[in-house]
Amino acid sequence: MNLSVNVGKLKLGNPVIAASGTFGYGEEYSGFTDIGRLGAVTVKGLSLSPREGNPPPRIVETPAGMLNAVGLQNIGIDSFIKDKLPFLRQFETRVIVNFFGDSISEYAEAAARLSSAEGVHALEMNISCPNKQAGWSIFGTDPKVTFRVVSAVRKATAMPLIVKLSPNVTDIAMMAKAAEDAGADALSLINTLTAMAIDINTRRPKLANITGGLSGPAIRPVAVRMVWECYRKVKIPLIGMGGIMSAEDAIEFMLAGATAVAVGTANFVNPGAAVDILQGIKTFMSARGIRSPRELTGAVRC
Amino acid sequence: MSRLFEASVKENRRLTEKHYLLTFNPLKKIRRPGPGNFFMISAGNGLDPLLKRPFSLHRRTGSGIRILYRVTGRGTAILSRKRPGDVLEIIGPLGNGFPARRAGENTILVAGGVGIAPVFALAEHLAASAKKPVLFYGAKTGSDLLCIDELKSIGIEPRICTDTGDTGRKGPVTGMLREFLGKNPSFSEDCCIYACGPESMLRSLSALAGEYGLRGYAALEQNMACGIGACLGCIVNTTRGYKRVCRDGPVFPLNEIIW
Repeated sequence: MNLSVNVGKLKLGNPVIAASGTFGYGEEYSGFTDIGRLGAVTVKGLSLSPREGNPPPRIVETPAGMLNAVGLQNIGIDSFIKDKLPFLRQFETRVIVNFFGDSISEYAEAAARLSSAEGVHALEMNISCPNKQAGWSIFGTDPKVTFRVVSAVRKATAMPLIVKLSPNVTDIAMMAKAAEDAGADALSLINTLTAMAIDINTRRPKLANITGGLSGPAIRPVAVRMVWECYRKVKIPLIGMGGIMSAEDAIEFMLAGATAVAVGTANFVNPGAAVDILQGIKTFMSARGIRSPRELTGAVRC
Repeated sequence: MSRLFEASVKENRRLTEKHYLLTFNPLKKIRRPGPGNFFMISAGNGLDPLLKRPFSLHRRTGSGIRILYRVTGRGTAILSRKRPGDVLEIIGPLGNGFPARRAGENTILVAGGVGIAPVFALAEHLAASAKKPVLFYGAKTGSDLLCIDELKSIGIEPRICTDTGDTGRKGPVTGMLREFLGKNPSFSEDCCIYACGPESMLRSLSALAGEYGLRGYAALEQNMACGIGACLGCIVNTTRGYKRVCRDGPVFPLNEIIW
């Protein structure tokens, strides 16, 4: 059995990735799981300057899921390269850096700066955070703007470029096409769904930010559907994510069209979840004589 | 390597209408928890509720590790129905814990409501020392006061107050502490406060400590998803910026917390 997969130009030892925003900068999980066994780690979204993020409360649990409104808190690209990247370089695991900007030029500058850092293997462009102010969301919801911002980043970096799509659109396949046309090497989908929860006693929103992003198994069927829609529309590889809690969930995403999968909220429930899921995928494949994860990608029978 | 483990419920005793004392035995060797450390404990075994809940160490005994908790929502309601022999999935021990006491200094412990849970762990740790801690304990009513006999059994006579005045003094715990500090100026000369309780209590305690120039620490509580510093969900605003209650805390210097 060969577990390696190619996500465009990015070669992974296996198809299991830790999703951005759920795995810190990797070191948080040291002592809790074997990071070196993962195909890749996608670090918490970075910007040119550090961000403080939103005030608390930032998270609330909902049925089979959670809302978060962290607000892209991060230490900034320079601190990441200096203080966090050396830790990640010790592993075979590939390092995908999630990043964002507040303007097209910031996106391009961030990409350029990350591209020269030793130990970064791919960039994941976040154009889909639901916790940014109104106006920012057009990067991920207006296909013309998506095309422009991805094109600008494409010119700024030769690295494998993954674009993370928002599910908060009417037609995600159209957004996928815009990113592909602009030069993306791969797509990550989905980011969280914009959501809200209210305390009926105080009549106040449960999050200080009022709205947040819904993640966890509650969103999985939505995410599977979106991966399937994008798989039929674009040629570039897809990284499927959204509520993956088990190997069975991961395989469902692959059948829908994902080349690799990312484990997110499950890391919070069990820090060893991603490694357990990888083990489960191996067991599933060997029991059925499947020699490569590629045999599963898009193999749903409709 | 992993701090994820399974534990068997030894006892889940109801103390009051809302409070329970749960003893568990880890099914594998775990790190030794100290006062102010906490555990993330699964409420159910399925996907709903999804996240583990944080509970601080209450007591380490020969029969297992104890947590003391109040039923406040679905997760704790499910936990309250666990029976001896049930298996819990747990991560821990986590968090920084209360800092070690400086040599020779006096100790004031302050607990509000179920905040006695970690304060008790520290009281037990310090009870055997030459300088016995002085413990102030406030609750809404007398029936909300927990482990009074347990405190007495470790040689601590708690100074009690309640909002209703049905047991102990009437009024906030900080009022009783203020009076004590006024009457015992030499005690407060070299003294440190360790506290856990509702935000309103900790806020006025911070003000009081500032007024008397006392050092102090508070164990904080926040909603957490991971408990290990990754989700950035449980932040508290401090003079050093936003900090994670789970990883940078849960114990913070009183004078660093911005209320």
